[in-house]
Amino acid sequence: MSRLLREHGLAFQDALRRLGGQFVAAFLNLLVIGIALSLPLAMYVVLGNVSDFSRQAAAEPQLTLFLRPDADATVARNIESRLKGHAAIGRYQFVAKAVALEDLKKAAGLSGIVEELGRNPLPDAYVVTGRPDGAEALEALRSEAATWPGVDHAQLDTLWARQVEAVIRGGRTVVVILGSLLGVALVAITFNTIRLQILGRREEIEVSKLIGATNAFIRRPFLYLGTLQGLIGACIAWGLVMFAVGVLERELGVAASLIAQDGVLRRLDIRDTIALAVLAGGLGWFGAWLSVTLHLRRFEPV
Amino acid sequence: MITLSGVTKRHPGGQEAVRRLDLSVARGEFVLLTGHSGAGKSTVLKLMAGIERPTEGTVTVSGQDLGTIRSGALPYLRRNLGLVFQDHKLLLDRSVFDNVALPLRIAGFPGADIGKRVRAALDRVGLLDRERGDPVTLSGGEQQRVCIARAIVHRPAVVLADEPTANLDEAYALEIVGLFRRLHEVGVTLVVSTHSPTAFGDARVREVALRQGILVRSGEARA
Repeated sequence: MSRLLREHGLAFQDALRRLGGQFVAAFLNLLVIGIALSLPLAMYVVLGNVSDFSRQAAAEPQLTLFLRPDADATVARNIESRLKGHAAIGRYQFVAKAVALEDLKKAAGLSGIVEELGRNPLPDAYVVTGRPDGAEALEALRSEAATWPGVDHAQLDTLWARQVEAVIRGGRTVVVILGSLLGVALVAITFNTIRLQILGRREEIEVSKLIGATNAFIRRPFLYLGTLQGLIGACIAWGLVMFAVGVLERELGVAASLIAQDGVLRRLDIRDTIALAVLAGGLGWFGAWLSVTLHLRRFEPV
Repeated sequence: MITLSGVTKRHPGGQEAVRRLDLSVARGEFVLLTGHSGAGKSTVLKLMAGIERPTEGTVTVSGQDLGTIRSGALPYLRRNLGLVFQDHKLLLDRSVFDNVALPLRIAGFPGADIGKRVRAALDRVGLLDRERGDPVTLSGGEQQRVCIARAIVHRPAVVLADEPTANLDEAYALEIVGLFRRLHEVGVTLVVSTHSPTAFGDARVREVALRQGILVRSGEARA
């Protein structure tokens, strides 16, 4: 056991020495791997933030019933009596057209323009909040309420969130495809790096085989080198994405607080980080294994 | 210890390097393979080390048939051999110490043991003061001695040496011969190829002469 550990320790040291021995070339390689990994990773983080935002919006589904401009108090009372005790409804609120106009003036700073209109263009409305996870029931209510007398238009506020979710699903597929392609690129980069290393150490490998080195002994430092390349590339990608999220958060300012409740955008958590390290390290290992297995066959003696 | 029975080695072009060779090397024996260039001496050594496989016949080393041995078992067999190459095969980007330590690192020896054994081997070949040196700064004779130190550092039972005195002047050649004699005295089995057997003139050495891959003369086996 201690012998195996010692051999692994030596192979690891050898891999580190090789990586440090050609610092500039190794650094450029690692940078390419890091940037390649950071593209799908950044998309993953962006989609995560958008997904959080849409899920947040969809968690409390809201239905707005806009009344006809000519709807009077009696019509409004009739609608209210239909809303009362409806199973799909958590709560509701009547928003009079005058109140809506005041809110509009305050919220958007459009008081000047609104004053210019001369009349209030907004209708009375009921804002209906569904029960948690009651989006489907509220969807049914929307269809029903659209036919009620006095209702001009029924608008379900979660509809856009669902559309965003659909876009996110598509985006996730793009991330998987892009990630797979760049994963293949990582394997190819590692394959080529290891190939060059093997060719540069041809004499050493041949002599080692002549004096009793097993293929496992020869393969080991290259496998560590490939894995290290993947892991360091993953660290670079992680750093790039975290830095980019920080910059984006600062640049977005107030808009960031619209996306995330506390104004802090979602970053890579510990699970994401571990998954990234395992994936990148694994792909680096695989690229190295492929390269060393294919090239060792050409070496004499067998 | 080493037996070649009816061994023929035919190269892909059809040329036969060794033809129907029968040869046995007993434990502790010192065998000189002699003959001109192209006689098949190096091929015989490669067959004994499992570097080449026979086209016909069998090669047995320490009871293991090299024709049927698993390729995974071959490295472990080679760890019991010490190989000395005519062109030294030293790694020029490593120090003398690291070159000699290579077989021990491959065999998984602990660091402290490696230091002791490498120094002992270098002392034996008279190069202890050059352990941190660069192989390219050494003379041909010194490089050959480093190669011998690497071959004996793990104390193998058998040493196979291919033209170890070639390209060396007389004084260096005698040094190398002296080293092999000392190894023989401590019981190591030696098979050495050479085209100048007079340098090894010793009653305890058996000469096996080859010509165009055929055994033409074999002295009596003596340990």
